[in-house]
Amino acid sequence: MTWFSSPSDVTTRLAGAGYLADAATATTAFLAGALEKPLLVEGPAGVGKTELAKAVARATGADLVRLQCYEGLDEARALYEWNYKKQLLRIQASQGDDQTWSETHDDIFTDEFLLTRPLLTAIRREEPTVLLIDEVDKTDVEVEGLLLEVLSDFQVTIPELGTVVAVRRPFVVLTSNATRELSEAVKRRCLYLHLGYPDAEREREIVTSQVPDLEDKVAGQLVATVARLRELELKKAPSIAESVDWARTLIALEINDLDDKAIVDTLGVILKHASDQDRAVRELRLRS
Amino acid sequence: MQRSGLLDRHIAFLEALRGAGLPVSLAEDLDAIEALTALDWGDRATIRDGYAATLVKRHSQRPTFETLFDLYFPRLVGEGARGARDEEEESAVRDNARALVSFRTQLLDALAGGDEETLSRLAAEAVARFGAMPGRGPGLSSWSAYTALQRVSPAELTEQLVRALLAEGRVDGEARRSAGRRIGGFTRRVEDDARRRIAEEKGPDHVANVAVRPSIDRLDFTAARKSDLEEMRREIYPLARRLATRLTQEHHARRRGPLDFRRTVRASISTGGVPLVTHHKPKRPHRTELVVLCDVSGSVASFAQFTLLLVFALRDQFQKVRAFTFIDHVHEVTHHFKPGADVVDVMADLAASASHAALWGRTNYGRAFAKFEEEHADAIGPKTSLLILGDARSNYSDLNERVLRDLAGTARHAWWLNPEHTRHWDTGDSAATKYGEVVPMVECRNLTQLSEFVHDIL
Repeated sequence: MTWFSSPSDVTTRLAGAGYLADAATATTAFLAGALEKPLLVEGPAGVGKTELAKAVARATGADLVRLQCYEGLDEARALYEWNYKKQLLRIQASQGDDQTWSETHDDIFTDEFLLTRPLLTAIRREEPTVLLIDEVDKTDVEVEGLLLEVLSDFQVTIPELGTVVAVRRPFVVLTSNATRELSEAVKRRCLYLHLGYPDAEREREIVTSQVPDLEDKVAGQLVATVARLRELELKKAPSIAESVDWARTLIALEINDLDDKAIVDTLGVILKHASDQDRAVRELRLRS
Repeated sequence: MQRSGLLDRHIAFLEALRGAGLPVSLAEDLDAIEALTALDWGDRATIRDGYAATLVKRHSQRPTFETLFDLYFPRLVGEGARGARDEEEESAVRDNARALVSFRTQLLDALAGGDEETLSRLAAEAVARFGAMPGRGPGLSSWSAYTALQRVSPAELTEQLVRALLAEGRVDGEARRSAGRRIGGFTRRVEDDARRRIAEEKGPDHVANVAVRPSIDRLDFTAARKSDLEEMRREIYPLARRLATRLTQEHHARRRGPLDFRRTVRASISTGGVPLVTHHKPKRPHRTELVVLCDVSGSVASFAQFTLLLVFALRDQFQKVRAFTFIDHVHEVTHHFKPGADVVDVMADLAASASHAALWGRTNYGRAFAKFEEEHADAIGPKTSLLILGDARSNYSDLNERVLRDLAGTARHAWWLNPEHTRHWDTGDSAATKYGEVVPMVECRNLTQLSEFVHDIL
């Protein structure tokens, strides 16, 4: 199956799924589908990295299999695990019978006792699948080694069962906040996309598409303010997710004009550090 | 077989990327080819994105990639299609005062409007009109961004641009910053365009070797421009966060202490009494006290500031951090680093307090060490690590190595970070080797080296 026919096809279909992609995102997503290579998406928190994978799944009608990475994630949680308890039960149940050990042994290492985890699940599925490996920088270095086999050959080796090869290659998206530099080996196997903050035009489109109730005038003021805030030296610049939250806040508070007072009152929605808020108030001369 | 030259250009481009320090492997090369086959060649931006997706795997390398891409796959050739048409009507007035005035008016409008398309066109025009350097023979003429910028001098438009932005309702400081950034952007465009034209005449390989600036994390502190310093400052917090995560992860990996019997037995109940997984008690983390002593005299001030910021951003990794600045006198600056304080404020405070660190204003390491021992001897104990930052250039004064030896002897560890390249050590008034014999001296020229060092001492 081909995922997308051209970069512009990506743009239209993702827009249909509620995700407004810029040209670079569209081109890279198209290549990820055409070359059947995993896509590594890096960028600050809240710019829509995870959402991209979800949108691809929605746009292509594929199912999403998600592996959330965290520190201490291991093979048993990422790939597969034998169901020990069930195996123990099976052994105990067969003790009365005249089964030999080798028969029991063959018996308990079968599909029935295999607990598949996201990576194996995604590979064994026959329907189109989007595999999202979220926050891959949070894992330990060993897990990266585990990913290598999956990402380059789309196969998993289980010693007792043999090698499982993907029937249909999933569309793989890895996301990372770049808290840690990923190994060269992983990066080499992936296409790379850096998602940054969007320009004012696109951000406005995103905000209005997510919060349709927002008035045009307020949307313009909101996007302009966020753009001004991003120019300041802040610890954490407001992201798209925060702009959208802000828009929702303004709707809930029924604010129809984003003046200085309104900005100061609701600044907590977009700036999450006290020093950042002080700086914003001082630099933008906001008076409440 | 007739070759189009596209493959040669592709390979030359990859060679240039490798030369600029991007680790482009053969596998990625093949990926890029495959990507180009899948893409439509109608749009230059698409091709650029395709190359970027397959070849550039680190965001900090993106500017380098952009520069080289512009050289090997230029936006336009010569004057472009538009230039050729204008040639006839404007050939008479290439470069005179009136052309300059009208050009600057156009430029100001474009800058105020932030119109990217027009700015690119104007940059090309600026180089064509004001930056041409006629050569003696064919092929000897060249282009100079410097001449073009001298003639147009966009920096003089700053005040007018600030006024235009203020009229739009921006506030003062913000308008000034924004104007500075736009003019900086235009300057860069002019430089890019001059490079493009030179590359067109002499071949891109010729330009690629000299034109590419190192990426921000490999840029020397001492060679940084003002805009670079701002960008570096933005990098400090993400860098500290990356380091902290990496450190916690590594500490966790080494954390397996003695067996936690109770938890192991409890966990074994779920597997029928078979202890499949053992649990361990956590190890107590060991945290050092750190004393930072930094030279803040002109030449190395920015280096000292970055190191201090990074150290304080990582303060929860240490038990206690104290910082002192010196030129020829010592001044404690620990109180400027309040938790959660604003980076810009801290920088301003530090710069202001630099005057306390000087009596006569000439760097004197020997005197500074003596003063430090006299006034702050209590800061250094057997549990502390001492970190000295500076270029070891002491204006040929008494080095006072004895005091430094005493300080280093009392402390648990001592290091000296020198922002100069090793090849400049011991030149002129540098006492790098003499001090290096007392305290191990490490070269630390850019953010990458700095973060590696900080990671290693923790």
